[in-house]
Amino acid sequence: MSKQRIFVPLDSAAVALGADDVAAAIVREAAARDLDIEIVRTGSRGMHWLEPLIEVEVEGQRVGYGPTQQSEVLSLFDAGFLEGADHEKSVGIVANLPFMKDQQRLTFSRCGITDPLSLSDYQAHGGLDGVKRAIKLEQSDIVEVIKTSGLRGRGGAGFPAGIKWDTVQGAQADQKYIVCNADEGDSGTFADRMIMEGDPLLLIEGMVIAGLGVGATKGYIYLRSEYPIAARILNEAIEVAKSNKLLGDDVLGSGIAFHLTVFIGAGAYICGEETSLLESLEGKRGLVRAKPPLPALEGLFGKPTLVHNVLSLCAVPWILANGGDAYAEYGQGRSKGTLAFQLAGNIKQGGLFETAFGVKLGDLVNKYGGGTRTGRPFKTVQIGGPLGAYLPEQMLELPMDYEVMAQNGAGVGHGGIVVFDDTADLMAQARYAFEFCAEESCGKCTPCRVGAVRGEEVIDKIAAGTDYDQNMVLLEDLCELMVDGSLCAMGGMTPIPVMSAVKHFPDDFAPRHVREAAE
Amino acid sequence: MLDLDLTLRERLGMEKIIQEALSGHVGETGGLITGLRHVQERCGFVPSETVRIAAELFNISQAEVRGVISFYADFRDKKPGQHHIRLCVAEACQSVGARAIEEDLLNRFAVRMGETDAADFVTIEPVYCLGLCSCAPAAEVNGKLIARVDGQRIADEVVS
Ligand SMILES: NC(=O)c1ccc[n+]([C@@H]2O[C@H](COP(=O)([O-])OP(=O)(O)OC[C@H]3O[C@@H](n4cnc5c(N)ncnc54)[C@H](O)[C@@H]3O)[C@@H](O)[C@H]2O)c1
Ligand SMILES: Cc1cc2nc3c(=O)[nH]c(=O)nc-3n(C[C@H](O)[C@H](O)[C@H](O)COP(=O)(O)O)c2cc1C
Ligand code: SF4
Ligand code: FES
Ligand code: FES
Repeated sequence: MSKQRIFVPLDSAAVALGADDVAAAIVREAAARDLDIEIVRTGSRGMHWLEPLIEVEVEGQRVGYGPTQQSEVLSLFDAGFLEGADHEKSVGIVANLPFMKDQQRLTFSRCGITDPLSLSDYQAHGGLDGVKRAIKLEQSDIVEVIKTSGLRGRGGAGFPAGIKWDTVQGAQADQKYIVCNADEGDSGTFADRMIMEGDPLLLIEGMVIAGLGVGATKGYIYLRSEYPIAARILNEAIEVAKSNKLLGDDVLGSGIAFHLTVFIGAGAYICGEETSLLESLEGKRGLVRAKPPLPALEGLFGKPTLVHNVLSLCAVPWILANGGDAYAEYGQGRSKGTLAFQLAGNIKQGGLFETAFGVKLGDLVNKYGGGTRTGRPFKTVQIGGPLGAYLPEQMLELPMDYEVMAQNGAGVGHGGIVVFDDTADLMAQARYAFEFCAEESCGKCTPCRVGAVRGEEVIDKIAAGTDYDQNMVLLEDLCELMVDGSLCAMGGMTPIPVMSAVKHFPDDFAPRHVREAAE
Repeated sequence: MLDLDLTLRERLGMEKIIQEALSGHVGETGGLITGLRHVQERCGFVPSETVRIAAELFNISQAEVRGVISFYADFRDKKPGQHHIRLCVAEACQSVGARAIEEDLLNRFAVRMGETDAADFVTIEPVYCLGLCSCAPAAEVNGKLIARVDGQRIADEVVS
């Protein structure tokens, strides 16, 4: 009889909730019972409220149990979980859960299912189809496929990927680079981390295709230091890719080279901004560079560089394998394809939900997210990270779409959705936005460096009721100055959370003594 | 500065460790930053001698090296306490009580944010997102990630 396989996530979220201990307990218990088992460490399915979610295969279907604790392993064996038997923690067939069934997983199709470091698993689930197709195409044809797909930058700015590829492809240089932005600094986002831990070969394949498309032979993954598990998995996956000729001097017999290295950052949010990132990758302080020149023309070491977010690059293999038109069939308006929405904060069912653009924000928060975790009334949701807007309940009706959100003073960003219940104080959140900007500013320009500190002071005066009306006006002026005068979006977008809080939650900005009297 | 207290022997030993940690990364893309991380991994912090040694090895000015060390939050100029807590204080964690946990921990351990207590027992530092925002609040204790925490859970992890 072949070994029975038990799937336990190695994803950071699962590990932070005890997955390693559960895996160890399963091994011990199986040994005590003289059972021949194999633990396969996978990525996470993205249903983090069920983590650690362990799975077994029964008649070709994966049956899950979660959230499991080490102490429950004994009872799982007693109940016969290896045969998929019922147990208090059984969730049934994982793929049939409504949270899974309602998704459109193009990028995360393998995540949580395959062994992240097995190339044969990867191929058995459609992996390498994209790069094989790309090898047969001319550079300009590859770029054309990306253009047709309508893919836009998933890092947050939503710039059309095809135009960026075209620019880098057209640039003449002895060396070009692909740089993957895996700095994922935004609070409320973890999709980059999940795919790097759960399906690292996908990112590698995406980067190889990008290299083929624009004529770059070297790539770097700039990974934040807060992600040690992702670092380990990526490095191991690169070794797997090298020994199978997906990376190296002759990619899959194409005669074209592509080499890839992981670089670990050192704790600076601003290094997620692409020019700061490039400075850092050159071993320097992460001071933002003025644009132009665009990195596409003068990037790493002054050479043409294609900088993309992890998820932009991870969308590429599917697009090459299935065609740009097929990708563009998902989504609405100018927001094509799918986005990995990340349900975070005060939410009952936190996790990752990949679906086409156009899904209602409220459906993500309530239908799939299950509302607040505390069970208290919903107050606000911040979308698009720390530089994103705080939105009130009425705006939950809005569809997730780049243009629609922009018209409403918000942004889809990297797809992070952070829910707050009625205990949230939006004046405190606005103050924090300034605090964060002051802490993380690269210091190059005054509106950001000084403005952020001034912003904290002004909010403190508003809270204290000192020259109230004057300071409310000052707050607005200050925000305007930051928007107009900042070199990059750090200073330029910090006013978004601040002013959205003022606009939608004016009561929270009453002076402290007034608010206390009202309670 | 803390490392003034070191004996000559310790100082020479440390110098050798710093040399070793850095020299493998000269000429590498971003090698200075990678090298500094390795110095910190081996020494627990970035000793002040690193500035001179790195400047020589990488053929840049000491001011440049100092600039890099001070820019990045990961690099410390002192050894942390016996235990090291990094508490996430970013928005998703705030939405489920990170601020209260911060207060609780600072009281428990009689320490200020970003500092080490008088007995050198624990260092608490803020971190802005650990990528565990779906199961917030989150923290890292002595390198181990933990999620859906409260003050007690973190304290238990420290003494475990
Ligand atoms: N993912 C995260 O963790 C995170 C954190 C903070 C901010 N953000 C996001 O970052 C965004 C701002 O990023 P930005 O300042 O880089 O935006 P940007 O609009 O300046 O640039 C977006 C991308 O398009 C490229 N580009 C722009 N014009 C081009 C042209 N004409 N030809 C070729 N390429 C061109 C840029 O080089 C860049 O790669 C914000 O919208 C925010 O949502 C994300
Ligand atoms: C302050 C700041 C932080 C950023 N952080 C990130 C980040 O962590 N990850 C990311 O992909 N993009 C980040 N960006 C956006 C990048 O500058 C850039 O637009 C992106 O990497 C381009 O890739 P894309 O076109 O695939 O989105 C940040 C931008 C700013 C202004
Ligand atoms: S806006 Fe802030 S982070 Fe951006 S360049 Fe200016 S000082 Fe640096
Ligand atoms: S010190 Fe060994 S690799 Fe850096
Ligand atoms: S905000 Fe705390 S883990 Fe992301």
